[in-house]
Amino acid sequence: MNSDCVVVMGSNMAECHPVAFQWVVEAQKRGGKLVHVDPRFTRTSALADLHIPLRAGSDIAFLGGLIHYALENQRYFRDYVVNYTNAATIIDERFLDTEDLDGFFSGWNQDQGRYENRTWQYRGGSVWAAAGQRTAPPPQGDGVVVAGEVPFEDPSLEDPHCVFQLLRRHFSRYTEEMVERACGVPADQFRRLAELICDSSGPERTTCFVYAVGWTQHTVGVQYIRTAAILQLLLGNMGRPGGGILALRGHANIQGATDIATLFDVLPGYLPMPMVQDATDLDGFCRPHGGAAGGYWGNLKAYLVSLLKAYWGDAATADNQFAFHYLPRLTGDHSTYQSTLGMVDGTVKGFFVLGENPAVGSAHGTLHRRGLRNLDWLVVRDLYEIETAGFWYDSPEVAAGEVRSEEIGTEVFFLPAAAHTEKDGSFTNTQRLLQWHERAIDPAGDRRSELWFAYWLGQRIRERLAGRQMDRDRPVLDLTWDYPLEGEQREPRAEAVLREISGVAADGSPLPGLGALRDDGSTSSGTWIYCGAYAGGQNQTARRRPHWEQSWVAPEWGWAWPMNRRVLYNRASADPSGRPWSERKRYLAWDAEQGRWTGPDVPDFPVDRAPSYKPPPGASAENSLPGDRPFVMQADGRGWLFAPSGLLDGPMPTHYEPQESLTRNPLYEQEANPARQRFLRPDNPYHPTAGEDGADHFPFVMTTYRLTEHHTAGGMSRFLARLSQLQPEMFCEVSPELAELRQLRHGGWATIVTARASIEARVLVTARVTPLRVEGRQLHQVGLPYHWGSRGLVRGDSANDLFPLVLDPNVHIQEVKAATCDIRPGRRADQASS
Amino acid sequence: MPFEARRWPVWRQVTGGDLLGLGRTSTSTLTEMRTARTTTADRVATSICPYCAVGCGQLVYVHQGEVTQIEGDPASPLSRGRLCPKGAASRELVNSPLRELKVKYRRPYGTSWEEISLDSAMDMIADRVIATRDATFEEADEQGRPLRRTMGIASLGGATIDNEENYLWRKLMVGLGVVQVENQARI
Repeated sequence: MNSDCVVVMGSNMAECHPVAFQWVVEAQKRGGKLVHVDPRFTRTSALADLHIPLRAGSDIAFLGGLIHYALENQRYFRDYVVNYTNAATIIDERFLDTEDLDGFFSGWNQDQGRYENRTWQYRGGSVWAAAGQRTAPPPQGDGVVVAGEVPFEDPSLEDPHCVFQLLRRHFSRYTEEMVERACGVPADQFRRLAELICDSSGPERTTCFVYAVGWTQHTVGVQYIRTAAILQLLLGNMGRPGGGILALRGHANIQGATDIATLFDVLPGYLPMPMVQDATDLDGFCRPHGGAAGGYWGNLKAYLVSLLKAYWGDAATADNQFAFHYLPRLTGDHSTYQSTLGMVDGTVKGFFVLGENPAVGSAHGTLHRRGLRNLDWLVVRDLYEIETAGFWYDSPEVAAGEVRSEEIGTEVFFLPAAAHTEKDGSFTNTQRLLQWHERAIDPAGDRRSELWFAYWLGQRIRERLAGRQMDRDRPVLDLTWDYPLEGEQREPRAEAVLREISGVAADGSPLPGLGALRDDGSTSSGTWIYCGAYAGGQNQTARRRPHWEQSWVAPEWGWAWPMNRRVLYNRASADPSGRPWSERKRYLAWDAEQGRWTGPDVPDFPVDRAPSYKPPPGASAENSLPGDRPFVMQADGRGWLFAPSGLLDGPMPTHYEPQESLTRNPLYEQEANPARQRFLRPDNPYHPTAGEDGADHFPFVMTTYRLTEHHTAGGMSRFLARLSQLQPEMFCEVSPELAELRQLRHGGWATIVTARASIEARVLVTARVTPLRVEGRQLHQVGLPYHWGSRGLVRGDSANDLFPLVLDPNVHIQEVKAATCDIRPGRRADQASS
Repeated sequence: MPFEARRWPVWRQVTGGDLLGLGRTSTSTLTEMRTARTTTADRVATSICPYCAVGCGQLVYVHQGEVTQIEGDPASPLSRGRLCPKGAASRELVNSPLRELKVKYRRPYGTSWEEISLDSAMDMIADRVIATRDATFEEADEQGRPLRRTMGIASLGGATIDNEENYLWRKLMVGLGVVQVENQARI
């Protein structure tokens, strides 16, 4: 709403998040511009002031072009860049760029297929990252662990080893001509956009970027977002109203599930899960994971001890290091795709699926269904009998006669789940806002909440193990597992769980917020970033003061983590001295008389910390950061244009081609991200990529997307009559040119073919997909919605079956936004013959 | 003017102050006999849309123990009363006759679902977890470094369920030593 320019890229916001899109329209009514950069023309494009179609998988080249434009035309926000980013910081002189090594950074270990990041560090210091791969190499020689001030910097930004100059050099070849070659975007169109974004940024104006899985589902997904972050920092658009980079997430509580951590590599609140090689003592573990660094992560031990107290209560004592040894340990990547391969290979025997449908929603569905067939037991909890529950009698493999039910040994339990109207609980929305939903009625029949299931399964397991006296059972037997039970169904009280998550002091009183957490065991909090969600003994997430009774920031609706802050890093909305950058973009300001930050939001900064604050010697955590460093999670309090730690595939984003591409990388000899995660096995074949033999067999680019009327893998939409009537059938979108080339008839059938699967779909011939000129040749793209499966009121083939397993190395997300395929007229072979 | 012509809708619209025909003139007796479900509800629960992560506000209308209507909540500063087609279909999501009510069990190599009680299913699942965990538990790696885990069990899902549920589930899994716990954020 407050943006002067909204750039939607990697998302079709108008169709996939229509209610949020009303705020983009509000921004337009106030004179703001909307730009849509996307391979397809959609309803988002229809409302945009500018739509730019680009080749799927080329976004880093495009965004890198914008960075190049801002740097070379002096359009960056210099005061912001010098003070609030690490532009001035000097990097280790041994660092070598992809410009030097033709697509590699220094530190590449070819044998291990991974980077060693020692040469990416700050000169004279080691820096721990606030996110991602948290550890950094220990400092060398007389080097230091960065906490606040950095050892060497050049505020003139001219030192050849300073971040600013490294960045300039790194992106020096990302010119508009290169954008035209790599992305298929004409130079004049690109320039119009670059000018618009730069004109809409600076002290008086702000631009925001909006993305969804069009940016994340790539082998360079994290680096896509990094590129946008660098651009937004250069333009001064972070921590300010109308700025930022907004992720549009697809499930009601995908943010909360990430925060509170049903993910293998993090504990609640993004605390690192211990690896086998980590120290076994608590202090030895905390120090190299950021516990000695500047910024709020310097309090890591207090956050971790509070979690251990929440988990194990009285069994976690100072004498046993708060039961730190109860935590199981990781030995590598244990993400869901690895688990799937474990099922196929027979190491994973039992599987719980809670409100997810991997048989349709995950890449390479054929492999997932093979995994399900090889389990000992499977528990599926859902509202409807989805494909993941019915795979043993209703799947493409059974339909094709490849397997019979009688040959599948998996024992399957389907347990009906309670709906959101049948239980109390909170969802965290895509902007970190926790909102409570009330139980309107009790669930009928065998339907139960996940809270009930977790509690009562735990209870049964604990009863069975109680008599065994085995050391390995202590962690589960010592869990605090005492929640008030309500009603006939004896449902655990959800507010009691929220209270534990938020945290309590030693006397049992609810904690006011994360500043109260201690590392001595006197506080407990199940998720430190949610600390304060139950402040004052009140469920803060249930607040629903109407928007017309409060300011536009609406701080009394729900509760945003951390500490009810609505705009993160909002200290950056004021200049180093604490004055707003402009009246037009006023948000927080330092009030010298009151000695505090004031504004419509909760300051994301110590509230009474003066802009002139200089840390005393020996200060730690947030107290080690000077009063003009807004990025309080970072060890140096600055936004990172260059990431010395945290990323496994380079300190700066680099354009790489997707695993399967039709063009050679126009910038480097190295074709694809060298650190990407591949699985070289016969059941996961990759297509030859550009320049390799056989690449011609799959001459088109395919990309997946969603529709307004369906929800992800369809479990919550394909079983509903009205939504099924609105979008009744699987289809593919092709351009008139491709339709002519392959003789595809509008409304007829086409078969899309890859080495993994063949699927059929109705043909939608539309000018919304335009062929692009890339590297001198015409490139066709095929658009595929991915909602369908073999069950529900409307059925169809699953687009995800077409894709291989190939993942981003940082977050293990699959590449389904760009791969190669062939498309032919008619139905797939087994349908055509029947 | 003959009587019949005066009953002609356009005439009534023009003369009856309802030019667009959206009001009284288009109201039939049947319409007048109907009552909005929102007015007959015994209770209204505040809620949040269960589909995407925008977090639109919902009002859930309950009459005699049934959800009779779900509307957008106008008080929400995020959604201002609006819902998209999916959110607007939430009532069918919770009330659909296709929605499962009973536990279903499929024995190994079975060709059909069987009915078992929720209680037996819970007992059986608890037994399976313990057996698989025991058979696959790893106390330490080959160098003797502690692992305290099982790689024989995995869990997937969490983005469609509540924070409190995710929290409690992960807590149980950590206690058991199940490390392969994942959700939709990975896709």
